[in-house]
Parts: sequence; structure tokens; C-alpha cells
Amino acid sequence: MDRKEEVILEVNHLTIEFHDHDTPERVVDDVNFVLHKQEILGIVGESGSGKSMSALAIAGLLKRHALSLSGEILFDGTDLLTCDRERLRSYQGDEISMIFQEPMTSLNPLQRIGHQMEECLRIHHKEMTKKERYDRAIRTMTAVGLDDAEKLYRMYPHELSGGMRQRVMIGAATIARPKILIADEPTTALDVTIQAQIIALLRKVNVKRETAILFISHDLSLVRQLCHKVIVMQKGRIVESGITEEVFEHPEQPYTQALIEAIPKVEL
Amino acid sequence: MEKTSFRQRFKTYVSHLPHPGYFRAGLVITAIVLFVIIVGIFYMPYGPTELSPDRLQDPSLLHLMGTDKMGRDVFSRVMYGSRVTLLVAMGTMIIGAGCGILIGALTGFYGGALDEVVMRIMDALFAFPNVLLALVLVSLFGSGTFRVMWALGIAFIPSFARVVRSEYIRCKHMDYVKNARLQGVGNLRVIFVHILPNVKGVLLSNLLIGFNNAVLAEAGLSFLGIGSQPPYASLGQMIAEGQEVFFRVPSCVLGPGIVIVLMVLGFSLMGEGIRTASGTLEE
Amino acid sequence: MRYVFKKCGTMLLTLIVVSLCLFIAFWLISGDPATHILGTGATPERLQALREELGLNAPLFVRYFRWLKGFLTGDLGTSYVYSLPVRDLLASKIPVTFFLAVFSFVLVCLIGIPLGLYTGRHAGGRADKIIMVCNQVIMSIPPFFSGILISWVFGMILHLFAPGGYVPFSKSAPAFFSYMIFPAIAIALPRAAMTAKLLRGSILEEAGKDYTRTAYSRGNTVNGVLFHHVFKNAFLPVLTFLGMSLANMLAGSLVVERVFNIPGMSNTLLTSIGNRDYPVVLAAVMWIAFVIIVINLAVDLLYRVLDPRTAQE
Repeated sequence: MDRKEEVILEVNHLTIEFHDHDTPERVVDDVNFVLHKQEILGIVGESGSGKSMSALAIAGLLKRHALSLSGEILFDGTDLLTCDRERLRSYQGDEISMIFQEPMTSLNPLQRIGHQMEECLRIHHKEMTKKERYDRAIRTMTAVGLDDAEKLYRMYPHELSGGMRQRVMIGAATIARPKILIADEPTTALDVTIQAQIIALLRKVNVKRETAILFISHDLSLVRQLCHKVIVMQKGRIVESGITEEVFEHPEQPYTQALIEAIPKVEL
Repeated sequence: MEKTSFRQRFKTYVSHLPHPGYFRAGLVITAIVLFVIIVGIFYMPYGPTELSPDRLQDPSLLHLMGTDKMGRDVFSRVMYGSRVTLLVAMGTMIIGAGCGILIGALTGFYGGALDEVVMRIMDALFAFPNVLLALVLVSLFGSGTFRVMWALGIAFIPSFARVVRSEYIRCKHMDYVKNARLQGVGNLRVIFVHILPNVKGVLLSNLLIGFNNAVLAEAGLSFLGIGSQPPYASLGQMIAEGQEVFFRVPSCVLGPGIVIVLMVLGFSLMGEGIRTASGTLEE
Repeated sequence: MRYVFKKCGTMLLTLIVVSLCLFIAFWLISGDPATHILGTGATPERLQALREELGLNAPLFVRYFRWLKGFLTGDLGTSYVYSLPVRDLLASKIPVTFFLAVFSFVLVCLIGIPLGLYTGRHAGGRADKIIMVCNQVIMSIPPFFSGILISWVFGMILHLFAPGGYVPFSKSAPAFFSYMIFPAIAIALPRAAMTAKLLRGSILEEAGKDYTRTAYSRGNTVNGVLFHHVFKNAFLPVLTFLGMSLANMLAGSLVVERVFNIPGMSNTLLTSIGNRDYPVVLAAVMWIAFVIIVINLAVDLLYRVLDPRTAQE
């Protein structure tokens, strides 16, 4: 492991509360972690543990007025929670990208694949010509394992399988070479064989593009395969964190132990 | 005791609606209109066809909405006319929704060639505006309050049939239907006892919208002189008659016009109040 | 392309079915036109002669095809009451009614779509709340009532036009337009309110979908998301509604023509209904049916262009 230990994202005391009931509901409670350059950090936990909320907060996708956010998310010296919208938008899609659980519905059904692939470039790199964008899109599509990119470029999402759509999502998210890719349960909606391919693709993106990945999943075996470090969350709090292998070999918390024991063992 | 608890329950129900404000406003408006109509059944200040020499009078305590060009009391005629409009709209709904549910349920549940043919016809009819369809039917069967009600009722069948059919297609493969069939429940019982209650949310909002459309269509037709025949009053016809004297006695037109607006508004506000609750945004 | 042909085929079939239904219905109901024309006191010989003359002795289908051929070539038959070709009765009136409907339709689009976009964009805001309440009220006002109010406000108080003073297009185009705008507004108002409300709801529904979140994650502004992503998706149900509205406004203009004293089809059609002058009614209704079926075809084709998913069937 010769990664430079350069911190690119720092989350300090992140707390998220909902206020739509009489008593405020705290879904993320004092979460702290750092993401280093070119690192794959896994966040695991059962549903409702606050892992997705944290991810959405980092991606700037939580509506600021609907809930109360406190703490700070430092990227590039800027607190993403308090900076102005304009600044946040300039990072979104260019420096920080996100892919989602449902590839079937996460793409715009009425736009061609190519158009959606290029969107980050259209927004953040207005200096690029149409031709340059097209070439980059074709190259990116080939890189994420979409064959026959010229043909796919003109197709619509409904003509693609779930696995292909998730590849499109990954391609579109990484086309502008972001520093961070947030992957929120990217394989949950896919078949097992496709899952493995997507995991392999994420690893490739991480190595070739030097993109740090925040990998959110409830599937511990995937996290163990992919992530360098892991954070275990329960009820909005971080209960354990560390190097993946160490956590899996010597879990300290009973909750982590229980989670690990719940992984179906594959007898070889 | 019983009464208070019902009131309490109703109040809680309303306050938990998505838009309680809309619902309350609609309820109040509808209550006012219904009050006027119900009082009109038992008591009207003047007979709706009663002529008097006091023509074209402005509103006063004697004539709340003034008198028309034949000296008839506009307010009494509005009381009578809104009753006619309400009854025609209700009749329209009963005919349209009744036949529509029947057709939609059977075609949706059984499918097949019959469904194909019937729904093609329904789709073709659905493309035609209600008023126009009713106009064609009236030109075939002749005008008059009762015939207009039938014409409008028939014109409203397709809108219900289409909605109910698509709901039945959605529901017929659900587990509770399979379960009922496994227990040996007959088809007709499945259709009307098991599935129908599950369609009521969609049906309710369609009834509210349909009722409003029926009121507007009836008013439009009677404005055109089709429907309740003179001298008997109907709101649309009063507006048509009042138009020529509108600039002298505005209340001849404003009275019946505002009642139509209130009748429609009351129901549409109530519908708006419950809309998101029953989750009826079409698919 | 095959789709276009198929759709046109279906349209032709619908036209034939509709016209046949109408023809049979009117034939069943109308009784004997000869008696109608000559009155019940006429001698059997004269009745027979007239039936022969009108071609009423031929079988139903022959008469249907004769009528259809006439309809397609512009010969709409002869009015029982006026003994004039129906064509002459309707020729000058059909364009007026259609113009009014189309004019109203343009207004519906011009008012309804921007308003829907605005209220959808600023949903929950003060302006949105006020507009929504106004929408609810406007939807409840029948066009013939708002028509009277409009001629009162704009005609009698503001003196912007003379109520009842219709000017034909051939006489003065500007005067024609400036007169027609008021009835067009009366017809358009409730439909524009419905369009705005529908578009707003549709936008809000699309706003909750996953692809909207994806669009935000790529750094789109709210307007970027609205115009590049949500609008097209949200517009699809509105398109269907607008198609139906155009048909509806044809019926609406029949009613509102009365208010503004416009010499469209309304008077002819209603008098003919009253007189049971079936050739006129049949021709007028068939014309409207024809237009409505063509509108539906256009909506289907447009939908197909906008939504690639429909191409998959």
C-alpha cells in the first residue's frame, strides 16, 4: 500500500436531525471520519443506521431546510454544510460524484445515454467542444465496460439491462474525473454475478482514475472484498472503525461481531 | 354522547387530511349551497314561475336577488334551479358511475375479445367532450330535464369505465384475489365483494371530479336551452335569459352564476383536501 | 414510420366506425325524412316521390356509402328545414368555431404552462399558495358565466370592446382578433387553470423520482434540473390533457359563441337539433368528430416522439 496519506475529505461531528415529528429524530449522531486520497472506505450497517443519510449529506443532496444539519464536512478546505450553494454545485459531479442503489430509475428515461454521460462535462467544463465531450463519453463508456459505445450513445435507458445502467451511472459519475465517488448500495438491486462485475469495475476506477470511493453497503462480504478501511454504524453512530482486515479479524464490538457472524459462510 | 364522539372523530379525521384548510372551506361552501337547496324544498319566498308586475327590480329585502324581466323572483328561481342542477348531476353520476363500474369491472376482470371491443368504443367515446356527446344524444332523444340527465349519464360512462377497468386489471392478480379464488369464491363475488371495496379510493376522487363536470355540463346544456324547459328554472337557462338584462339587473346573472360556481367549488375544494390522502394520482 | 401508418390505419377505422354509428343512430331515430319535410298531411304518392328523390329507398349501407362519399367530397346533403345544401349552411361557420377553439387552446398553453412551471418551481411558497387557491376558483367558473363577466368588465367598464359587435375576419382582421380574444379568454381560463395545476402536480411528482436526485448530484441548479430533466417528463401527462382540452374547447366554443353573439356553428347546430334537421346535425357532429380524431392522432404521434419508451411495444 503505497497510497499517499493525504486527507481529501474530513467529516467532523456530523449530526442530522429530522424535525417533522414532535420530538426531533436524530438519524446521524456525531459521526467523525476521514477519507484519504485513493482510498476505498466502506460504511456498513443495517437499514436505518444512518449510513445513507451521511452519504447524501456529503454529496450535498439533503435539503438543507427540511432537516437540521450540524458539524462540518471539509472538502478542499471548504465546509460543504455551510458553504453557499454555488460553491457546493461546483463540486457536485466534478469533484464529488454519487451513484445510487436503483440503476433502473436513477437515469432520466427520456434522455439518450450519451447525453446523460456528458452532463457533468456540460455543467462543469463549458470550455469543451461538442466533439471533445463526445470523444470523452465514448472513451469513458468503453472504460466502464460498455461495448459498442457509439451505438449505446444513442440509446435510451429502458433499452439497457440493470447492470449496464449501473455502468452508465458509474461512467457518468466519473467522466469529469472526480476525487471522490460515493456509491450508495450500488449493487443491491443487481444479480449476484453482475454485483461481482460492478465491484471489479469500482476497484478499476479506484486504481486507474485514482478516485477515492465511499462505499455504502449492508453487505459485509462485498465490503471485505473491496474496501481498505471500514466504518460500522448503528443507530446513527459509528460503533467501530479501522483497517478492513483488522476489523473483520478482530471485531471489538458485539454488534460488529454479530454482523460478521451473520455473513453466510461459503465452504470451499 | 354518541354524537360528540362522532364529531370528535370527524374533527380528527379532517385535521389529519393533507390539506385540512381546503377541505373545511369546501365543506362550508357545500353546506351553504345544500342549505339553500334544502330550504327551497320546503319554503320559497315566491313561486319559481310566479309572475308579478315588479319587473327588473334590484336586489332588496323583498327580492334578495331582484326580479327578472318577467317579474319572477330570482332568488326563488335559484333555489329551485339549483335543486334541479343538483338532482341532474346526482342522477348523471348514478347512471355514469353505475354503468361505468359495471362495464369497467367486467371487462377489466374477464379481459378477452369483449374487453377489446368494448374498450375501443369507450376510448373513442372518451375522446369526445361530455357536452358534445350529450348534445348528440339529446338531438337523438329530444330535450327535457330527464333526458338530459340520461344523456349526460351515458356521456359519463367511459370516464368511469376506463378508470375502473385499469384498477381491476391491476387488482385481479393480487394475492388476496388469488386467495379468495382458491377458497372457491365465485367470479362475480370476487368482482363485487372482494375487489370493489379496494377500488373505492380511486372511485371517490373520480366521483367528486365527475360530479363537478356534471354540474358544469348541465349548466352548459341548459344555457344552450337544452334541459329543463321554460318556464321552469334551471341555473344555466336563467343565466341565458338574464344576459340581455345583465346591465340593468346584474343579479339576474350573478345569482345563478355564483351558485353554480359555489356548487362546483365546494366539491372541488373537498376533493383537493383529500386528494393526496387516498393516493389517487393516476398511477 | 410503420407506427405512423398503423396509427393512421386505426384512425381511419375509428372514423368509419364513428361515422357508421352516427349514421345508423340518426337513421334509426329520425324516422321518415319525407314525412318530416312534407308534414303528416301529405299524400302517399308525394311522399313516395320525395323518398325516391332523396334516395331513401336504397338499403342502409348503400345510403351510408353514398353519404360518406358525399361527406368526403364536400357534399353534406340537404337541410330538411331550409332546403339548402348543408354545406352552404355550415361553410362560413365551421372556420369561426374552429378558430375560436384553437385561439383558446393557444391561450391555454401560453397561460397554463408558464403558470404550472412557476408554481411547480416555487411550490409551497406564498405566490404558489395564492395561485393554487385562485386556480381552484377559476376552475369552478363555467366559461359562459365568465364570458358574461368579461364582457361586462372589459366591454362596459373598460370599454375595450363592444359586446355583441362581432366583426368578421374578411371585413377587418385586427378587429376580428381583438373581438375574439375575449371569448377565447373565457373558454381558456378554466382549462389554463387545470393545465397549471396538472403540470405543477406532475412536476412535484417527478421531483421525487430518483433521476432528479441524480441530476442534482451532477451539480445542476434547480432551474437546470427543472428545464433539462423534470419538465419533459412532467409534460407527458399534460400533453394528453391538452389534446383532450382542445377537443373540449370545441364544445366550449359552441357554448361561448352564444354569449358573445359569434356566428359560429352553435346557432345552426342548436336550431337544427331543435328542428330535428338531421342532415345538418349529422354533418356538424361528424365534422367535429373528424377533427377530434385527428387531434388524437396528433397527440399520439407527438407522445411517441417525446417518449422513447412507447416505441418499444
